[in-house]
Amino acid sequence: MSTSYLNPGLPAPTWEADGLSRPYWEGLQNDELKVQQCHVCQTWQWGPEWICHKCLSENVDWVPIEGRGLIYSWTRVWHPTHPALKNQGAYLAVLVELPDFGGIRMLGNLLGDPLQVVTIGAPVTAVFEHHSDAEIPHTLLQWELADR
Amino acid sequence: MSTETLRGKTAVVGIGETAYYKHGQSPDAEFLLALKAIQTAAEDAGIDVREIDGFASYSDDRNDPSRLAAALGTKELRFSNMQWGGGGGGGSAALGNAAAAVSAGLAKTVVVFRSLAQGQFGRFGQGVVQPTISGEYAMSFPYGMMTAAQIFAPKVVRFMYEHGIRQEALRSIALASYHHAQNNPRALMNGRPLTEEKYDNSRWIAEPFHLYDCCMENDGAAAAIIVSADRAKDLRHSPAYLLAAAGGSGYRTAATVMNGASFASSHFTSVARNLWDMAKLGPQEVDVLQSYENFTGGVLMSLVEHGFFKASEANEVLTLENLRADGGSLPLNTSGGNLAECYMHGLELITEAVRQIRGDSPNQIQGAEVSFVASGPMVSPVSSSVFGSEATL
Repeated sequence: MSTSYLNPGLPAPTWEADGLSRPYWEGLQNDELKVQQCHVCQTWQWGPEWICHKCLSENVDWVPIEGRGLIYSWTRVWHPTHPALKNQGAYLAVLVELPDFGGIRMLGNLLGDPLQVVTIGAPVTAVFEHHSDAEIPHTLLQWELADR
Repeated sequence: MSTETLRGKTAVVGIGETAYYKHGQSPDAEFLLALKAIQTAAEDAGIDVREIDGFASYSDDRNDPSRLAAALGTKELRFSNMQWGGGGGGGSAALGNAAAAVSAGLAKTVVVFRSLAQGQFGRFGQGVVQPTISGEYAMSFPYGMMTAAQIFAPKVVRFMYEHGIRQEALRSIALASYHHAQNNPRALMNGRPLTEEKYDNSRWIAEPFHLYDCCMENDGAAAAIIVSADRAKDLRHSPAYLLAAAGGSGYRTAATVMNGASFASSHFTSVARNLWDMAKLGPQEVDVLQSYENFTGGVLMSLVEHGFFKASEANEVLTLENLRADGGSLPLNTSGGNLAECYMHGLELITEAVRQIRGDSPNQIQGAEVSFVASGPMVSPVSSSVFGSEATL
């Protein structure tokens, strides 16, 4: 079943050799959105790092959160820069701010009509886009407008 | 303010460029391009190329100083320097590194250079084709966010949203570069003028960037030679004294997945403060500006963050009339820059800034005494520099 927003054939995301982002990618495959929160000072952190940027503790937890936020910025891409996107047409990427989780920002595509008017500040919710049939199965975090 | 300073201690005394080519069309290997630009700069300075004892570059330039030194017959190699990170944002920083080395006695004659043959080594504007991707790129690449235009676009969208800036402001920046290229025989867009209509009708690359908001991709090399101010006086050309160079970025600028503390930014806020402190002057004293156009939106934010105007004034200030060398109050990118002269990763902006002080730019600002360069915005670290004539010392 091909239900992905973008054409198949883009590189599959994996965690690094040092495993830093492994809990994130494994979480997505189980429909769980996990980001980092400092165990000591409770600071939310994204993207992942080995220590807390606020108190420098190594005691950073991976915490499941509710995927909801507001569109902080966006772009509509028209010019394909990868062979897999050659016949894609325009597509939307959004940067989403998560006010409930320290204002961290996460990236994804905005599902739906790629030509839709995008409004900064619009509420969005997370969608788990499973690429189970891909050569290297993986799940992407995507976003859709909350109020439709 | 620090009492330690590079102000006026060194000067650029020679500049050189190869012919500029469309990407992939250089008949010369990238290494040979580097050698040619360095030799041309040495001839321009009236210095024996073998006297160069230091090499400084940025953006992981592939042309290693030890190999350059062996090829050029360098008598003694004393300084071999790479500015770490930031792509084209390293240009002015490399200049600062070279000046620091000369001023501290680590070397006497340092060349700052950049050489690119994208045909030989692959293009900047295409995503790599591979089965998997990890690290920060794994969080963007699978969304089709893989090249600079795509990654930087949301920063500009947000900045334009916050300050009510119109597309015409970006257009004016593109028009200025193309306008200046028409007088510059080196410029690849010489003979190919840009009009408002042509800009408006051009395709989107990634909103808010039209085709003409994006830099070219080119092959070529450029170089600038730095010596001490004392020595510069005895050489062939009027020295372009380095009044200041500053590099870096603010608090957590490079936090991954676009989580930098100031997102809608060119990342120059802290750097600009250090630059003007060292230069002992401000944006109001600048006669001519070169501001790196990876994308026009980066220029917009660079100029605001260096204090040339407020974001709220951008729509009225950024007009072709204001930005042109012939009569504008804020002459910008007077060689054509990355958009219309050549994408020499911003080193062509440094050579043009030097020309303006010497008085031999193809779009010369009469009596220019203070010449400004902003290197590669929106990355980290970024850097900027200021040159002055002898009168500014």
